Amino acid sequence: MAGPPLLARKLLFVTGKGGVGKTTISAGLALLGATRGKRTLVCDMDAKGDLASAFETGPTQFEEREVAPRLFAMSMDAEASLRQYLSLQLRLPRAAAARPVTRMFDFVASAAPGVREIVTIGKLCWEVRERHYDLVVVDAVASGHVVGQLAAPQAINELVQVGLVRQQTDWMLEILSDPARTGVVAVATAEEMPVTETIELVSRLKTSTSVPMAAVVVNRVLPELFVIREEQAFDALAAPGAMSIVADALQGPASPLLDAARLMVRARRSRAAHLDRLRGALSPPAGPQGLPLLYIPYLFLRSYGLRATRHVAAALAAELES
Amino acid sequence: MPGIEALVASKEIVVVCGPGGVGKTSLAAAIAAMAAAHHGGRVLVLTVDPARRLAQALGLTMPPDGHSAPDRRAALPRAQQVPVRAFTEAGAGPRGQLWAEMLDTKLGWDNLVSRHAPDQATAKRILDNPLYQNISGRFVQSHDYIAVERLYELHSEGDYDLIVVDTPPTRNAVDFLLAPERMSDFFSSRLLRVLTVPYRSRFVDLASRPFYYVADRVLGTQFLEDIAEFFILFQTLSEGFVQRALEVERLLADRRTTFVVVSTLEPVPVREAEAFIRLLPAKKLHLGGLVLNRALPSYLTEGALADRAERLGAQAASLAVQLCAPGAPLEDYEPALVEGVLAEIGANFNNIAVVAKREAAQRAELSRAYDVVTSVPELDEDIHDLAGVLALGRHVW
Repeated sequence: MAGPPLLARKLLFVTGKGGVGKTTISAGLALLGATRGKRTLVCDMDAKGDLASAFETGPTQFEEREVAPRLFAMSMDAEASLRQYLSLQLRLPRAAAARPVTRMFDFVASAAPGVREIVTIGKLCWEVRERHYDLVVVDAVASGHVVGQLAAPQAINELVQVGLVRQQTDWMLEILSDPARTGVVAVATAEEMPVTETIELVSRLKTSTSVPMAAVVVNRVLPELFVIREEQAFDALAAPGAMSIVADALQGPASPLLDAARLMVRARRSRAAHLDRLRGALSPPAGPQGLPLLYIPYLFLRSYGLRATRHVAAALAAELES
Repeated sequence: MPGIEALVASKEIVVVCGPGGVGKTSLAAAIAAMAAAHHGGRVLVLTVDPARRLAQALGLTMPPDGHSAPDRRAALPRAQQVPVRAFTEAGAGPRGQLWAEMLDTKLGWDNLVSRHAPDQATAKRILDNPLYQNISGRFVQSHDYIAVERLYELHSEGDYDLIVVDTPPTRNAVDFLLAPERMSDFFSSRLLRVLTVPYRSRFVDLASRPFYYVADRVLGTQFLEDIAEFFILFQTLSEGFVQRALEVERLLADRRTTFVVVSTLEPVPVREAEAFIRLLPAKKLHLGGLVLNRALPSYLTEGALADRAERLGAQAASLAVQLCAPGAPLEDYEPALVEGVLAEIGANFNNIAVVAKREAAQRAELSRAYDVVTSVPELDEDIHDLAGVLALGRHVW
């Protein structure tokens, strides 16, 4: 059941274990979407400010702002989102809704698990349905938390039998469960825990939610320096006779240069096993059929920010075409 | 910096914290293992969700992959002792004992309820309430509080001379610090009390109040009543919870507790770690160390080597011919192949040097700001035994 192409979907939740670079991937996906002519919204769910630095703009806020042509960025604020919802749904003027709503939110969000989650997920679904964005990319919470967040509309739908929330969760679920419109992008690095969490995420998403997976992005893939015959030549090069010839030409010892190459070869090798485990778990028959794996190379850049985001967008584009 | 050795010798609790994915769990285990190897007494590492091989290195048994983290924890007993044999095999006859425990969030909540409920019947009603089960099992922020709560419990039971805590993955590192405060704020919130009052009295016409009118239209009366009933029950725990949260906060601020912040040298984690460190003084918490994990070796920043890497790239073709000439060391190889290898060695050095220089600048900046900075190199292999844990520990000791 290979889903539609990644960027043909309208709502992408990007998640992954902390530290794997999900913000960079979210920013890259959004930039790629906008570059291809899609009116794109990218939303930071945990307000740490990382998304703003990926575009090198000022802090993102609840009100979206155009950070590049056709690309709008916002950060989620559950309370503001509830306020907006109420003013639209209950036809309350925003100012009038503000004060009691703020107080109520404190109560409702703390008391009823899932309410904070559906208010925020609801806002994103609403942007897809009403605001005619071609693409909404969500820099979602880490994989440990995201299932709870994505499962909330279903849970609330079961708990709340009547009222507006029930009606709202119905149409949210319709969008969230539709593989033509929605998908989760799991970001991993080829390391033990990120791979384990990704495999867990894929299975928990399937058992606890109806939200489909869209792709797995393997981030920071290290380059392969040598094929086998080259590696043999490398080993021969490390012998004293060859090293002294090289040292003469370089006007100094070359062994630290070889050490740096070994560092890279070993790092890549230790990651290969984790990558195999990921591929094994995701490929048929164990995993969902045709779940695309996209490889993004490690960026040897001095600066992060917009330049890195552009590189990631280009790498994603290349992977999506291959 | 004086190193972690001096720090753990004078503290009873070491909280290892920082952004996600920087290696907190391994470092917490490493600090605890070093303490058990070199100091006497009983050392506990309280961990959240260790990698399989790390768990094995600590002698913890783990069910197979594919189980969710809570399932994995549920399948395990509480503290287990790391066998002395594991230390002797790693060439470190331990002076003390190393114990490891995995945090069980659900059990932590259940214990709290049982402890603070006025009677068993109330405890049971709360434990059986679907909303409670939802909160304790799925409430995304509940890990943080349960971790500090369990820490408090372990410390007050007094079975261990040193407890090293690996903090749970939070949305933001500071969540961990704010957890006790949030918990007590929540229970002491006047709003919570006001809101549950009307449901206790049948004489209040809820529909007449605009607030309830809104709430009712959004959530439906039944759901609101379910919530209210739950909170009326939960209120009975309030006093105990608030008291406890204050005690937990005091323990974190106590001189016997210290915080070791872990980060890599990537820009995003550093930003989060710094935000965390800035919060510590305001909460009267003690920064014991800043560990910069997975740092690239410093030789990569040397200018002379960068020059040589450039020359290697430029002279790859002629050098290859020389090396592959008859009688020369690489005579069995094609010059074109060797040229490629030489060029790759040069290019690779330049690539890594870019990252190493950025890291070095970041490290220098952090060292100027904090006097407790230490670096740990990127290790080639994943940790799979206690020797690996101890090898990591020696870098910070």
